[in-house]
Amino acid sequence: MQNENLYNYILGVADNSLILGQRMGELCGHGPSLETDIACTNVSLDLFGQVRSYFQYAAEIAGEEKTEDDIAFLRREREYKNVLLVEQPNTDFAFTIVRQFLFDVYHLLFLQELQNSKDDTLKAIAKKSIKEVSYHERFSSDWVVRLGDGTEESKERIQNAVTNLWSYTDELFHQTEADKTMVEAEIGVDVTTLKEAYYSKVTSVLEKATIEIPESKWFQKGGKKGVHTEHLGYLLADMQYMQRTYPGMEW
Amino acid sequence: MTTTDPIIDEQLYSILEQVSDPEIPVLSILEMGVVRSAQLIDSIVQVVITPTYSGCPAMDVIGDDIKKILKEHGYDAKVKLVLSPAWTTDWITKKGRQALLKYGIAPPLEADADKDVLLGGKKLVGCPQCGSTNTKMVSQFGSTACKAFFQCEDCLEPFDYFKCLK
Repeated sequence: MQNENLYNYILGVADNSLILGQRMGELCGHGPSLETDIACTNVSLDLFGQVRSYFQYAAEIAGEEKTEDDIAFLRREREYKNVLLVEQPNTDFAFTIVRQFLFDVYHLLFLQELQNSKDDTLKAIAKKSIKEVSYHERFSSDWVVRLGDGTEESKERIQNAVTNLWSYTDELFHQTEADKTMVEAEIGVDVTTLKEAYYSKVTSVLEKATIEIPESKWFQKGGKKGVHTEHLGYLLADMQYMQRTYPGMEW
Repeated sequence: MTTTDPIIDEQLYSILEQVSDPEIPVLSILEMGVVRSAQLIDSIVQVVITPTYSGCPAMDVIGDDIKKILKEHGYDAKVKLVLSPAWTTDWITKKGRQALLKYGIAPPLEADADKDVLLGGKKLVGCPQCGSTNTKMVSQFGSTACKAFFQCEDCLEPFDYFKCLK
């Protein structure tokens, strides 16, 4: 492959949305209310739409008749480069919405920077996606505040989710080798520069939600290198079932 | 607006006008602003379309419908999907907005007003049934990615609001 760094970079970016999209899609027909069910699956649909744009571009770069479906469905667990945060399961709705919130804040900041990419395709995808992700961030922030500053039980659940998922946030700002070369080429986003704005935004929403910010400075990592938590394997088994069982099938 | 006005050959206009968004059948794809250009080049119609939302499942159907109807009129067509410039609700024509309203979908407001409605809970969206602006948002996400779900507090009818996208 001629441009392997760009290819890997795109996969690193898109895998986050793919895996989170799959998690949100799991709620189809299982949301806590009809409205939230529809909202979660709409978020999932937006993310998958964005992923298709990224993977179609990646397939073009890879050549050798690779398709977007090959990239989405036919890799092994270690080849997925998503952050650990997005693969965490839908334990309860508080976990689902806090996970979404912790990613949305990052996603929006990231896309704002990707809009300045020197790569025209990535720039176009960013400009398109940012409009959708703004709605995601509003939706998840609203729910964090509503439940955090809600009943005794909803507050406890949101606090529990924040405490549990907090250790997965730092990985968002780790740079991979592909990141570094793409930042140098002014194609990729320097994620280390997003950290301050991220925690400041997250903190302001959590304060509004009367939720305590975890003090622990110990963070999980590994997803960006392909070393995942036990949850990803089950998710992939589900997601890849059709392509593995009926190779090459189309919708 | 000159840079974003679509370029469509005159003889193709009336043909493409017959293709509608399968999820909003009252609106032609021209009124939606989804068709960015349609030109007859070397006896092939080159059509460029852009999605309303990235994950819009209607795009594949729209592409097929365009090819089908042009074929019926004796044209071979190629359909290309572009993301840039990104679609905005500003591209829905005046006629399109009226068609939405008549169909029971409240058309998008201006960006600032939209934010006030979806975030601040202000009552600005008019009920397509009775016209009252005494309406409330039930959910930011509605039956499709491009809509939010509302209810009129006067006539009590639920309805979709086409979210502003800029």
